[in-house]
Amino acid sequence: MRRVVITGAGTINALGRDVATTLEAMREGRCGISDLKMRDLERLAIRIGGQVHDYVPEDRWNRQQIALYDRFTQFALIAAEEAIQQSGLSFTGKLAARSGVVLGTAGGGLSTSDENYRTVYEEGKNRVHPFIVPKLMNNAAASHVSMEHNLKGPTFTVATACASSNHAMGQAFHMIRSGMSDVMLTGGSEAMLCFGGLKAWEGLRVMSKDACRPFSLNRNGMVQGEGAAMFVFEDYDHAKARGAEILAEVIGFAMTSDAADIVMPSKQGAARAIQGAMTDAQLNSDDVGYINAHGTGTAANDKTECAAVADVFGHHADDLMISSTKSMHGHLIGGTGAVELLACIMALRDGVIAPTIGYEEPDPECALDVVPNEARDAKVDVVLSNAFAFGGLNAVLALRKFA
Amino acid sequence: MTVRDKVIAIIAEQAVLEPSDVTGDSSLEDLGIDSMGLVESIFAIEEAFDISVPFNANDPSESDFDISSVDAIVAAVEKLKAEQA
Repeated sequence: MRRVVITGAGTINALGRDVATTLEAMREGRCGISDLKMRDLERLAIRIGGQVHDYVPEDRWNRQQIALYDRFTQFALIAAEEAIQQSGLSFTGKLAARSGVVLGTAGGGLSTSDENYRTVYEEGKNRVHPFIVPKLMNNAAASHVSMEHNLKGPTFTVATACASSNHAMGQAFHMIRSGMSDVMLTGGSEAMLCFGGLKAWEGLRVMSKDACRPFSLNRNGMVQGEGAAMFVFEDYDHAKARGAEILAEVIGFAMTSDAADIVMPSKQGAARAIQGAMTDAQLNSDDVGYINAHGTGTAANDKTECAAVADVFGHHADDLMISSTKSMHGHLIGGTGAVELLACIMALRDGVIAPTIGYEEPDPECALDVVPNEARDAKVDVVLSNAFAFGGLNAVLALRKFA
Repeated sequence: MTVRDKVIAIIAEQAVLEPSDVTGDSSLEDLGIDSMGLVESIFAIEEAFDISVPFNANDPSESDFDISSVDAIVAAVEKLKAEQA
């Protein structure tokens, strides 16, 4: 089997418009969650989110492009551009044919659906713009990334709710490891912070009105975010031959289904995915120094996740660090695992563990080292990234420091 | 239909029981209503009475809406109706 390394990263999210700014915010424990700005806000009960403020698509694209790019596509294109630039790759000939895109998203072009439902239902118009379908489709972002960068190999979108980007990156990893592709652009993008998107989440009664406080006893729910992160996954020999800078190595992946409940998480399902990723990477439990948690800040997730980690790691659970950066950038739903992978890379490369901010009171049911409120310097060689979705779908990645 | 009758009808529908089997002292748990059934019941109550129920599924016991028994829910709905009238 081939080795898979990461040679480029890009992002846009509430913490920053690029990787450097985002990592700086994570190091400083800065909160990107703020008052939402959107139409009909007064009709929402939830008015905070990890929103990308003061974002002007016209600064980057012309009218014809914007007519085709939903907000989630724009985010994906911005993140992909940065990642490819860092990798130094340009895709022509055989490399183009052996490179593709696997993108995670849950809502796809939800903002486009939302706006156009308004047009036909609320405003009673009988005509919509001709490109609504290619703009809202879930694969639009993956396709535009492939078109923009001439990626002609396998390209598709993965939708597994909150685990979408981990599932996507897992597919990219498998495709390179097995020899199907040499380079894959992968990650996730989400732009669900629109009126309809938030209204639907409000209905579930799991959203916090004030802050995302994962693992804290007084946590009272999740906070939505938006944005994207994309990575260049590359065959190690290919990267080595061209002298590329390697950010980290992807060494394992596993996915499981709880096959139990459409919303309530299962400790067993999560534990099987964590154990599976470690087995795939041929790791012992004491190899793992840091876990980027799913850590949504809901009652159900956080205690289930901590119990799963305790089950898998036994005594070592007390020695490892586990933090949730959702406290800073919010829950990007289908894009969340991708932004969180940035924290994993920072842990491996820079020896900085991103904190769980907003942490106020210990919860005996989440009695792990959650790196409360302040980033920590620590040398770690192996990290895991957890994602556990509605529908009981779990996906865990394992990464190793590239030395 | 009184407030009590309406609340009982909503809960009975969720629990797949006859309204006559839903007694005032029973808890939703006794009636076999799980967390999703609870969220649906709250939604149905809001729609039926045109009220907004303060309820966070992360910690139902900490919400300002007492759901410990059918009687408690009826009383809470009556209070909200009076407050939000």
